[in-house]
Amino acid sequence: MFNRGAIINFRGVGHHTVDNVLRLGFATRFLVLTILHSGTCFRRMHLITRELYYTGVLSMIIIVVSGLFVGMVMGFQGYQTLKTYGSESALGVLVALSLVRELGPVVSALLFASRAGSAMTAEIGLMKTTEQLSAMEMMAVDPIARVVAPRFWAGVISMPLLAAIFSAMGVYGGYLIGVVVIGVDEGSFWAQMQSAVDFREDIVNGVIKSVVFGIAVTWIALFEGYDAPPTAEGVSGATTRTVVTSSLVILGLDFILTAFMFRGI
Amino acid sequence: MVEIIGVSYSYDRRRPILTGINMVVPRGKVVAIMGISGSGKTTLLRLIGGVMKPTTGSVIVDGQRTNELDRDGLYRMRRRMGMLFQFGALFTDLSVYDNVAFQMREHTDLPETMIHDLVMMKLDSVGLRGAHHLMPSELSGGMARRVALARSTALDPSLILYDEPFTGLDPISLGVTRNLVRKLNDALGSTSIVVTHDVQEALDVVDYVYYLSGGKMVAHGTPEQMRASTDPLVRQFVWGEADGPVAYQYPGRDFREELALV
Repeated sequence: MFNRGAIINFRGVGHHTVDNVLRLGFATRFLVLTILHSGTCFRRMHLITRELYYTGVLSMIIIVVSGLFVGMVMGFQGYQTLKTYGSESALGVLVALSLVRELGPVVSALLFASRAGSAMTAEIGLMKTTEQLSAMEMMAVDPIARVVAPRFWAGVISMPLLAAIFSAMGVYGGYLIGVVVIGVDEGSFWAQMQSAVDFREDIVNGVIKSVVFGIAVTWIALFEGYDAPPTAEGVSGATTRTVVTSSLVILGLDFILTAFMFRGI
Repeated sequence: MVEIIGVSYSYDRRRPILTGINMVVPRGKVVAIMGISGSGKTTLLRLIGGVMKPTTGSVIVDGQRTNELDRDGLYRMRRRMGMLFQFGALFTDLSVYDNVAFQMREHTDLPETMIHDLVMMKLDSVGLRGAHHLMPSELSGGMARRVALARSTALDPSLILYDEPFTGLDPISLGVTRNLVRKLNDALGSTSIVVTHDVQEALDVVDYVYYLSGGKMVAHGTPEQMRASTDPLVRQFVWGEADGPVAYQYPGRDFREELALV
């Protein structure tokens, strides 16, 4: 009834599906173990502080510069559109709401995945390749507690902070273009923004998004590194997968979270 | 100190890695596990370290069966063990000093001043006290191996495992490392198991040799007995003969056929 090629293809799809489900199971177990073994790093905060520097502070430049440019572009584009309807004074609202609700959490998470996520995967993958994780195991030190958990919490903590910095820089970029360059009224720019942006609906929801993205990106990056085949090719493949998977997961989660958060609007 | 009774290990039924291994390592001795690449030496070392569990048989370390220990039990056992990895496996984000201090900070509540003294003593024993501030990337292969040796003896282990400690070293580093294996074992009153295929270096310092081939223990004896052995497998290995029971050519098609001459 079916030809041989179709059966082989069907079998391939089955194998691929089973492999991915198994991998998702391992990744979930890995996340649970990471959370359960977090006690050590909370007792020794310097482990988290050190990782906060590498994942958070070193990502600041790309976040600040990107936020500023995104805000400036929105200043130009928003002004062009709003001018048509004679609502230039609403430029501040447009820039702030777009950044706080969407662009801040999403773009900063995408940048975080590329800058810090890929670095985490490569670092842990290389530690595995050079037997540093095995050495730790042989010294009776759990690599999940000592290496993975501090990086996980550093990622979760730094993501919302980076998103906030991104949004703040974006708003400033919008102000520079809208008010300083184009000449939109400064008072209405800030006043309309202040009255239209709601703390609970907009800012808290934006923070929730960035925390969820922080968990997702850091989890993917750490698991890919820990699960990477211990070869140069294996580590490079894992690093690529971190960026691709994280980006897709961020966009997918953003849609789901937005649908839940703003369904009444 | 270590007893291995009827141990077999396989990833699946078709590919046995080790079959029916029996071995005894007395306390205070330096014992070598030798064999060509792929003979199962490193797997045997990992079974002793409890990284893997045997498919059948028992591995007893200091009176404890490793396959009956849970994670906490294994970690307790490993605190009395040191392991030197083939290329050192130093933590690349920590300095030489911090690498040696790592276990002391993780497993003891010693004050930093005492840790400092202990680290300096350990580094002095491998001749690298002056290199304590360097990062692993600044060390040569031989120096990295010596730092790893100092790190593996940081908590004065009762059992030290060496995975190919002589591979890729220049003659001076090789001689230094070889002598350190013996000196540290005797100074600490430890027991050492050295997995290696560097025959002459190992035969000079060990007390006893087990020889593995194809996942089976095919010969054992003192270094003198191994040198005098008439067993073709042992002879070929000890004297580095190109051909013998271990074929030089990997099995394949007939050479004349390969070149389309017939």
